[in-house]
Amino acid sequence: MGEVLVYVDHVDGAVRKPTLELLTLARRIGEPVAVHLGPGADTAQATLAGHGAVKVLTADLPEFAEYLVAPKVDALEQAVAAVSPVAVLVPSSAEGKEIAARLAVRLGSGIITDAVDLESGDEGPVATQSVFAAAFTTKSRVTKGVPVITVKPNSAAPEAAPAAGTVEQLAVTVGEKSTGTKVVSRTPRESTGRPELTEAAIVVSGGRGVNGAENFKVIEDLADSLGAAVGASRAAVDAGWYPHSNQVGQTGKSVSPQLYIASGISGAIQHRAGMQTSKTIVAINKDPEAPIFELVDYGVVGDLFEVVPQLTDEVKARKG
Amino acid sequence: MSLRIVVAVKYVPDATGDRHFAEDLTTDRDAVDGLLSELDEYAVEQALQIAEEADDAEITVLTVGPEDAKDALRKALSMGADQAVHVEDDALHGTDALGTSLVLAKAIEHTGYDLVVCGMASTDGTMGVLPAMLAERLGVPQVTLLSEVKVEDGKVTGRRDGDAASEQLEAQLPAVVSVTDQSGEARYPSFKGIMAAKKKKVESLDLSDLGIEEDEVGLAGAWTKVDSAAERPARTAGTIVTDEGEGGKQLAAFLAEQKFI
Repeated sequence: MGEVLVYVDHVDGAVRKPTLELLTLARRIGEPVAVHLGPGADTAQATLAGHGAVKVLTADLPEFAEYLVAPKVDALEQAVAAVSPVAVLVPSSAEGKEIAARLAVRLGSGIITDAVDLESGDEGPVATQSVFAAAFTTKSRVTKGVPVITVKPNSAAPEAAPAAGTVEQLAVTVGEKSTGTKVVSRTPRESTGRPELTEAAIVVSGGRGVNGAENFKVIEDLADSLGAAVGASRAAVDAGWYPHSNQVGQTGKSVSPQLYIASGISGAIQHRAGMQTSKTIVAINKDPEAPIFELVDYGVVGDLFEVVPQLTDEVKARKG
Repeated sequence: MSLRIVVAVKYVPDATGDRHFAEDLTTDRDAVDGLLSELDEYAVEQALQIAEEADDAEITVLTVGPEDAKDALRKALSMGADQAVHVEDDALHGTDALGTSLVLAKAIEHTGYDLVVCGMASTDGTMGVLPAMLAERLGVPQVTLLSEVKVEDGKVTGRRDGDAASEQLEAQLPAVVSVTDQSGEARYPSFKGIMAAKKKKVESLDLSDLGIEEDEVGLAGAWTKVDSAAERPARTAGTIVTDEGEGGKQLAAFLAEQKFI
């Protein structure tokens, strides 16, 4: 079996969950080789090896943080040259997609983005995508070059699969043209203590019906009782009630959790585009005609300010 | 010297319509009305604002697409862009992202540019890869996913709001920029703008004008292949209850039964 490069998304060596999902999917098509750029490879090694990485290629250059995207593309391109992989898998984050895009151009390779599943095929890896606001499911292949595929979070359950995970230094030369965009400053987002929206197993979202920034506490309380992330519809974000980073929908995040709870959200196409692939969908809305009810596994027609707090109390009571 | 801005836009099927695939598994563009991708309106808007700040600027709006794609160009022209370039060629049918970026890059070089402005993604393919591909192909800095953008003294600066951090970016022109839907509401075309747009120049180019071979693009030249497209089965009708004081508890019971609690 050939090797599959997996780009590691991490914060100082703390590997993010989507990377573990990628390692799991990579094992279906070959032997995973992790590419860890920046600090913390020694910390990440155990996690990566534990999920099937036969090797961990690492490079830690200041350019990765000082300039946008391009130096990481240089590194990945040089990893491809060193390994000759059968595919390159990258998490479907905003940056991940940009890295993959430029890598594809450099390699003269086809690119598939936002895969939700991956399997081995006679003519190379076959990627499943969910398109047109999740109305269709497609299966696609890359037909030229080394397949470059970005995979959405929550596309697979990470499986433990102990492998050697030998750390090897990757020699990286940063190209002259790769230092054109300087990162002048970086302000980390304040942590909410909640799981990342796209990675969360449960998402609780609020929409127009929440009717005010202060009322989002009702949504947050339910989310916290379930250990969930908080989402918001475009209407709620546009009204300034909740940050854009939490927006679920066409122009925000696309989520695919095990459980999605929509409160006070009518379910316009704009919103459905970002949550329709959720495994179980639950909605609370006072309008029985709201289109969100067409999607639900369980729906409650009622006032969210009555139903949601009662649900929160009940969840807390049941969890003890 | 005049600041030459090229805005790359896409003509897409209306997302509120019933979008389908054609028999060859390309997007069916006949079944649903098309329009300028909503996310590209933000790009046109930011280009207009940058041009207003500059002493002397010229905005060219560029698209690759069938005859109807002129509608998207007209919309951008009526918002205030100065001229348009339309790359249209039968051989382009079925071109994928890599091929589209090739055609756009050649057309941008043909037009001449100091700044390329794009939206964050299209509303149909939603890949969001074109701006990065264009920077790569043009060999210029990529300053993307900006919620705020400014051009001054031959430099572009902007704020990129990521999941983990907010970054302040800076690059020398020429550069490729993409802007998000947080960059500022797009203006509506005025009546005067709509009338003026009818007189603005739309240059038509085909592949030979750009020195691109037919086999480099189109369905046959694509770097990827869609093997199948299946309509997602309708979700089976769920249980819907009306809250009569116990709605939250009933919901909790459902979640417990599904092992979420």
